[in-house]
Amino acid sequence: MAEYKVLVVDDELGIRMGTRRILQNFRVDYPFMDEHIEYIVLEAPTGEEAIEIIDREMPDIILLDNKLPGIQGIEVLEYVKKKLYDIVVVMITSYASLELAVKATRDGAYDFIPKPFTPQELRSSLENITKQLFLKRMTQKMNKEGKQIRFQFLSVLSHELKAPLNAIEGYLKIMDDRQFGDNIQAYQEMINRSMERVTGMRSLIMDLLDLTKIESGTPVQNLQKVDLTSIAKISVDTLRPYAIQKDVDIYLNTKEAVVMDADPKEIEIILNNLISNAVKYNKQGGRVDIFIKKEDNAIKISVSDSGIGMTEEETTRLFQDFVRIKNQKTKNITGSGLGLSILKKIVEMYHGDIEVQSKPDQGSTFTVIFPQD
Amino acid sequence: MKKTVLIVDDDMDYLFQMKLKVEQFGFETITADGQKEAELIIESVKPDLAILDLMMESDDSGFILAYRIKRKYPDVPIIIATAVTAETGMSFNINSDESQQWIKADLFLDKGIRADQLQREINKLLKI
Repeated sequence: MAEYKVLVVDDELGIRMGTRRILQNFRVDYPFMDEHIEYIVLEAPTGEEAIEIIDREMPDIILLDNKLPGIQGIEVLEYVKKKLYDIVVVMITSYASLELAVKATRDGAYDFIPKPFTPQELRSSLENITKQLFLKRMTQKMNKEGKQIRFQFLSVLSHELKAPLNAIEGYLKIMDDRQFGDNIQAYQEMINRSMERVTGMRSLIMDLLDLTKIESGTPVQNLQKVDLTSIAKISVDTLRPYAIQKDVDIYLNTKEAVVMDADPKEIEIILNNLISNAVKYNKQGGRVDIFIKKEDNAIKISVSDSGIGMTEEETTRLFQDFVRIKNQKTKNITGSGLGLSILKKIVEMYHGDIEVQSKPDQGSTFTVIFPQD
Repeated sequence: MKKTVLIVDDDMDYLFQMKLKVEQFGFETITADGQKEAELIIESVKPDLAILDLMMESDDSGFILAYRIKRKYPDVPIIIATAVTAETGMSFNINSDESQQWIKADLFLDKGIRADQLQREINKLLKI
């Protein structure tokens, strides 16, 4: 349960007590809210006291009479506006002139309740205000969290980009100082390592470009009839040299065409990612098996490897940005940690799903499921 | 006798370069490429000083390792070398009492530190 503080500013005791009574057992539910909201009523008979309570208690809602003994309601409203307080102000007044109404609205009054009001009028007005306030705060919170995630992403990214730069710079310095004298072999090794880090950085940047394309929210474009099997064939051909180098065999077990509506570029990213991972995290002499199946209401692409596999705990972390499973078996394998999160984002654009089954030291199977209706 | 420095980092290039620097300062080195390997090493070896990376197998591997080393060898000074501060603006001030209770490191260094600064800090910790 959440509580909103309602400050009633009115010199008439009857109005203050009436409001307290009306709101006592009143609560607001909303399908979007996880909880219901109740009210705590605060009272101020004058504008001066209202300002004191506002500063001290920071109410969520103010029910404000304009005609007060000292400073007027409109001046309290100006105060709230000037202080940039996040408070919804409702004017309660019996003689609302048009001029006052205009001024109050300009100063941010949310609503007018004519006096005298019935309990029902007050409740329905408060219900509207509460929902509006709740949504506004929810939006603010989500914006803030979004920024937070963005910030984390950028800091990890700069770390990932800086690490290879540091390594390369370090090697250049060692070579510049001729720290290994005439030992050409030692320098050669450093050049090789630097090249390796450059390659890693390049693939990170390529992945990032894919990711920004996806995150810019461009919906699935360029939809056309695509034969998944023939794209898989291209992927296999592209990755064949890498597989030979790693001593891994790739088998495309589906021969017939499997057609779906998709953007061929995106399907290619998915297949390249799945197959290159299956090669990368495989064992010497291992194999990769690809199946593409059309079922009653879904198309499934599955890629299995006979590689190092993962524990259950590791599979749960797999699809987050920059997550790489670090252990003894993966320490010599480079990667950006973005491949699978890109893959998942693309699959989601097609309202699809991706599943992983894995056993340590036996291998993993990744299955992408595209629903078809 | 030469003092021994334990260096732990999962970036093999950084590990190699740090080892080279520390050896040029005149120390013996033992290296480990992660928290697990380092834990095995400290079972049987007591280094005179340890330089640890922060994020290895997990984001806080360096902290955990520092804690284990201090528990076994309370007198071994520990440096955590990290690139984290620079990028995230996260700062670990180990001079505050609160953080001293749980962060068992004697010094935090940025990974980009110059060799002569590093040498000075190591010597200070080893009271050379």
